[in-house]
Amino acid sequence: MSQAILDVKPEYPWKLTPKDLVTDFLGALFTLASTLAIVGFSPLKGKLGFAITLIFMAIITTTIMSWIKLDRKAAFNSATTVLVYVTASFVIIALASVLYEIIRLGAPGFSFSIFSNDMSQTASDMPLTEGGLLHAVIGTAYIVTFATLISTPIGILTALYIVEVKGRFAGLVRFFVQAMSGVPSIVAGLFIFALWMIQLGNAYSAVAGGFALTVLMIPTVARTAEEVLKLIPSDLREAGLALGATQWRTVAMVVIPAARSGLITAVILGIARVVGETAPLLLTIGGADAINLNPTQGNMSAFPYYVWKNLLIGSENAISRAWLGVFVLMIVVLVFFTLARYLGAARGGRK
Amino acid sequence: MSAAVVEQKQTPQPRVITTEPRFTDKVFRSVVTSGGLIAGLLLGLIGFFLIYNGFEAIRAAGLSFLTGFNWVDAVPEDGQAASYGVGAMLYGTMVTGILAMLMGVPVAVGTALFLSYYAPEWIKKPMVVVVDVMAAIPSIVYGLWGYFVLMPHAEYWAKLIHKYLGFIPFFDMPAPVFTRSPFIAGLVLAIMIIPIVTAVSREVFAQTPLERIQAAYALGATKWSMIKAVVFPYGRGGVIGGAMLGLGRALGETVAVYTVLNLVYDIRIEVLLSAGGSVASMIVNKFGEADPVELQALMGAGFVLFMVTLLVNFLANYIINKTARE
Repeated sequence: MSQAILDVKPEYPWKLTPKDLVTDFLGALFTLASTLAIVGFSPLKGKLGFAITLIFMAIITTTIMSWIKLDRKAAFNSATTVLVYVTASFVIIALASVLYEIIRLGAPGFSFSIFSNDMSQTASDMPLTEGGLLHAVIGTAYIVTFATLISTPIGILTALYIVEVKGRFAGLVRFFVQAMSGVPSIVAGLFIFALWMIQLGNAYSAVAGGFALTVLMIPTVARTAEEVLKLIPSDLREAGLALGATQWRTVAMVVIPAARSGLITAVILGIARVVGETAPLLLTIGGADAINLNPTQGNMSAFPYYVWKNLLIGSENAISRAWLGVFVLMIVVLVFFTLARYLGAARGGRK
Repeated sequence: MSAAVVEQKQTPQPRVITTEPRFTDKVFRSVVTSGGLIAGLLLGLIGFFLIYNGFEAIRAAGLSFLTGFNWVDAVPEDGQAASYGVGAMLYGTMVTGILAMLMGVPVAVGTALFLSYYAPEWIKKPMVVVVDVMAAIPSIVYGLWGYFVLMPHAEYWAKLIHKYLGFIPFFDMPAPVFTRSPFIAGLVLAIMIIPIVTAVSREVFAQTPLERIQAAYALGATKWSMIKAVVFPYGRGGVIGGAMLGLGRALGETVAVYTVLNLVYDIRIEVLLSAGGSVASMIVNKFGEADPVELQALMGAGFVLFMVTLLVNFLANYIINKTARE
């Protein structure tokens, strides 16, 4: 009896048998060979012709193979599977191309001297060894810091209102925040221009740029913070209230400390969202080539503005400068992005 | 007897039980509430200040502000009056937005399906990072990439489309200029909206009831039959909402469109031709040298753009929330 049980070997009917592997391999080989043949002997040519033929032949081959092996439904299933893989690879190719070109065109101009010079003594057409983007670094630092200082409390208060207070307008506020995250960046710039410049009579400055970015940053911070606060188990809140704490004490001493790293993630995601915003800054900071250490007065520059200006100048060296600016900007964005992910993952791991 | 009465008097009063919040809680709640209402207030303020500053221009032009094709500054020497209308730009915005949806949404939904049902475990995580990084890339980067990297390729694709599909009026070409066309702007926008459409679609796909998926498999469905029979009917609203959210993003995109689109104040149906429109790009384009009168018209244009995107977003969020609640 026991001998019989021991003799039973686990079976894996879903695993590919050697025969399946051979037919799959032959199918792939046929796809590749037929593609090469078609591209070689027909007017289709180039990378595009090759890619389209390859996709087409892959769909045909898999469809026919599974039709022979099984039935029409299986054939349809194979065709859609190939299509889904193709769409996913489109996305990967697009991102890879963007990142590759940024490195290819932006990295050669990189040197540490760009962080110690501004453009006040240098024309954009001069070689990239001269001048730098220190003024843009300072400008972006001012603008983003200012936007963060305003939008963090507002964003977190909004999330607290939706999750903790659950007031009468919670659903409405949630709806407003969702709608606000769709406000075009140019509209945010126009709004600050209408309010801060026309109505209140101020001039271009880093503060105005910060206000414009605040409008765009609040919804990101609020929505992420809301998600984070929702993840805090309600046991913690109930425990706090059951000990006789007021809601204020519960939120301040229990909920917020528990959600701290998540809230920091929310703020960092907000920064990553606005640090590259260009359109609102075009209307609010005025743009400058020299370092301006006063955030409340005078024209200011910023990374996106630096890229924009050199792009519009359009000469060869200016374009290289634009790519250099994009390269540095992407490093900044990716650093914030990685930081946010790292903190988010750390939070998930602890639970 | 009297002793009992005394004893009764010594019993402490029962504690008053009330749901009335304490003073600190009242302060806390009012602070949080006022903070929470700022979002709505800001939305209102945006609308108010744009219409307040643009009212003169809109009133002067009347309905033709929405339908007019002209954006002409006043030239007092020639006796020419200013006339401002965003009609052509609004049409162009719609065209590029819809093109972006047509090209971006299928790819995004395919990617969401890939992530939810097809991807092997080891590729899932990197793929999610890929989509998230795409969302984090600023629009000026896409603009630069679109202009210098994508445009030469896209020009070639456009020529092919024209060569083989030129009999369709949309792909006709009155002049052989294929660069900076609505088609190319739509391509760049398609890549920009893929992350958000993918994210929303994935979210609704994840909510598909597992037992229905398993029931479909148990009945012998292939993966695609299962998706067609269970996932799509369940997540249709979410996918539509996500696509509209992407459309909202595409309509308001400024810098990326500005770099890859040639602004022409005309309504043309040929999408491959180097002539298109975008309200947001026009605002940036005209803002630099605008006089006070033109500035009012730009504010009016901004108000129109704000209302259009708000409407699209409201609809999208309504559909998504409705699907999510079911």
